[in-house]
Amino acid sequence: MQKKDIGLAVLIIVVGIIVYMRNPLFLSPINLGNTANLIGLFGLFAIGQGFVIMTGGIDLSVGSVIALLGVLFVDMVGKFGVPWPLAVALMIVLGVVIGLAHGVLITRFKLQPFVVTLCGLLIYRGIARGYTAESTAGFPFGSSYPQLEWLTIGRSFGVPHSFVAMLIVAAIMWVVLHHTVFGRHLCAVGKNEEAARFSGINTRFVTIAAYVICAVLASIAAIYFAMFTKSVQPSSHGNFYELYAIAAAVLGGCSLRGGEGSVIGIVLGAVLLQELQNLVNLLGIPSSLNFAVMGAVILLGVLADQQFAAYRNRKNTERALGLLQKS
Amino acid sequence: MSAVQRLDLRLEGVTKVYPGVVALNDVSLQIKAGEVVGLLGENGAGKSTLMKILGGLIAPTSGRIMLDGQEYLRFDVQQSQQAGIAFVHQELNVFDNMDVAANIFLGREKVRGPLRLTDLKRMNELTQPLLDRVGARFHSDTSVSTLSLAECQLLEIAKALSMNARLVIMDEPTSSLTLSETNMLLKVIADLKAQGIAVVYISHRLGEVEECVDRAVVLRDGHNVGTLEREDVTHDAMIHMMIGRDLKALYTPPAQMSSKPILSVRNFCIKSKPDRPASFDLMAGEILGVAGLIGAGRTELAEAIFGVGQKLGGEVLIDGQHLNAKSPADAIAAGLYLVPEDRKRAGLILDFPTVENITMASLSAFTSHGLVSQKRQIEVAEVQRSSLSIKTHDVCRAANEMSGGNQQKVVLAKWLSMDPKVIIFDEPTRGIDVGAKAEIYSLMRSLADRGVGVMMISSDMEEVIGVSDRIVVMKDGVITGELPRLKFSESSVLNLAVGRVLEEA
Repeated sequence: MQKKDIGLAVLIIVVGIIVYMRNPLFLSPINLGNTANLIGLFGLFAIGQGFVIMTGGIDLSVGSVIALLGVLFVDMVGKFGVPWPLAVALMIVLGVVIGLAHGVLITRFKLQPFVVTLCGLLIYRGIARGYTAESTAGFPFGSSYPQLEWLTIGRSFGVPHSFVAMLIVAAIMWVVLHHTVFGRHLCAVGKNEEAARFSGINTRFVTIAAYVICAVLASIAAIYFAMFTKSVQPSSHGNFYELYAIAAAVLGGCSLRGGEGSVIGIVLGAVLLQELQNLVNLLGIPSSLNFAVMGAVILLGVLADQQFAAYRNRKNTERALGLLQKS
Repeated sequence: MSAVQRLDLRLEGVTKVYPGVVALNDVSLQIKAGEVVGLLGENGAGKSTLMKILGGLIAPTSGRIMLDGQEYLRFDVQQSQQAGIAFVHQELNVFDNMDVAANIFLGREKVRGPLRLTDLKRMNELTQPLLDRVGARFHSDTSVSTLSLAECQLLEIAKALSMNARLVIMDEPTSSLTLSETNMLLKVIADLKAQGIAVVYISHRLGEVEECVDRAVVLRDGHNVGTLEREDVTHDAMIHMMIGRDLKALYTPPAQMSSKPILSVRNFCIKSKPDRPASFDLMAGEILGVAGLIGAGRTELAEAIFGVGQKLGGEVLIDGQHLNAKSPADAIAAGLYLVPEDRKRAGLILDFPTVENITMASLSAFTSHGLVSQKRQIEVAEVQRSSLSIKTHDVCRAANEMSGGNQQKVVLAKWLSMDPKVIIFDEPTRGIDVGAKAEIYSLMRSLADRGVGVMMISSDMEEVIGVSDRIVVMKDGVITGELPRLKFSESSVLNLAVGRVLEEA
């Protein structure tokens, strides 16, 4: 764990203690389970977003992907009777296609990630609304898919499986980022693409792969969200979710300039965001202030991190000066 | 310039401490009007830090700054500018999306009328005399993107004059200039001196320093090791003070080389000069110098061979095998490596640890079951550190904490750990101090002695003539001539570089 991650973990614990003291319901099994479920759902695609951010890019289309694929998944399984494993596989293939499209547009055609994925945000949302003619997609009454439900919304020993899925994904991505050649190359490309290219790294492949990872994790998240909400309202489902993901990644120590970040940090970022949502609910703060609380805490967190770094720097200087005067 | 107040600047006992390093330790410096002071020292000796203090960019940890008899407790950028201290940076700070006049008056635009619109006419009128004073041949409305590097430097000097500069600090002004451009700059410096303007001249090119300075101040490891008066400023004396010992041989003589070409380039065309093909051979065990003026297409040629940028036609053979590099990965797989011109941009990831930089290009070789082994990375990095004598306490520290020469060694270590066939060096010693230069030359030589083909692009005439076994000269994308070691001379290289045919002796 990096220093930043520890700081974030401490913040999460401190906020948790404060909320618990004001409202002991915070640590009740029901509340913890629900919060864990949300952490799992949001953490899944936040990790993908983190990978894109580490290349110095951004993916704004995540929320719309979740809406579009959610609609398609529900319709496929509910309306057309496609076996759910096939539908899941199709969703993942669609995720790969979307990620490839983003990556190729960004690397081959040299478009800016912001522009490409902003267009994606509009296009996928538009298709979702057009395809359903603005009507809500839902499963037929009385239908049930026991295995799929167990995998997505089931719980073992009270732990929601969405949270378990997120932990598994996080563990895999932690290894990929911190211990594989691809992970090192990803950081190198994000920090200095030119030097990476001159070292013989296939920078295009690395960048495209990051967008594919992001879109695939978004498509998996889409399935979990669809199963969680049971029905998908195409114009509001997944709205602003890309911003939750970006916020989690930034809180978790990813630099928007690229090249820096950790999977543990991103997960902790997702945890903190859901804890804040929970705080708003439990402390009786009007839920309309939800975003304001989140924005303020993120701002304070980033500011504090900055100040601590500057403080450490100053301390180091003083120590060096002390050594000099002694010698 | 009688209107200019006579300058009297003193730094006394200045010390600057950074986390982990003492950049300056009790340094004093005095500069008077109309004086050209050479500031010398190896990279990391503290020259840049000292200049940043003069510019008000950083505050000294302790020490006094006296200007015109007055002591300054805080000396910030604004005060530095008001005092008439101006910089001509190593990395130029021009905006190439604007014209010359706009660059000169950036941040101090002349305005007219109640709406305070920019007064283009007035700025153009004011700019022209400044350009004349520095002997520039471009105009106030010329777009900066069309100017050469040397012209941009003149533009910066003109900008300094527009701010009524009394002291112009030039940091490595000639590192990317050709010989004739350098001579012109030295003339401009003499003119400035005649106008009563002081100049601090920082350069690793000791020939120029010898030619233009009144006094040379030498720094080593953040200490002031001494001052050489005009008559004592000689090549040997400067080197002795800078590195604290005599430099025996800067250049190592060549050993035997084979006549087997390890790299053959045939009718190679680059994008900017599509109808000008280049052909040459590089023998195994040879150091081939590639000389030419800036803009001759040398860097573009090297990068195209390496697979960065496009080649339009022609072929490349390595050890008799065709190489059609579409990306650096292809070239690297064939054993051809490039040490790029701009090591901070393309050679290294500065924020990354040294070990990561060394293993970046060969990371797959450090894996077991798909996972990278940090331990083996460090082992290889340590081997390179000791064989190249890279000066760092810890290979896990970031590369940007090292001096330029050591950074260049890290770039080299990256390729040396991978068993090269051909290495192309593009300006290998730009901005590197004398001591590290000698080490890099001897590394190049030992590579060649191991049978590696070494191609060295360089604009430093001393270096090209001293290090190469053979020189090819490039002009406008074509090889205009080839010189065997016996025929090396500055004039023959220059003549070929400007396209004159050599008279057969």
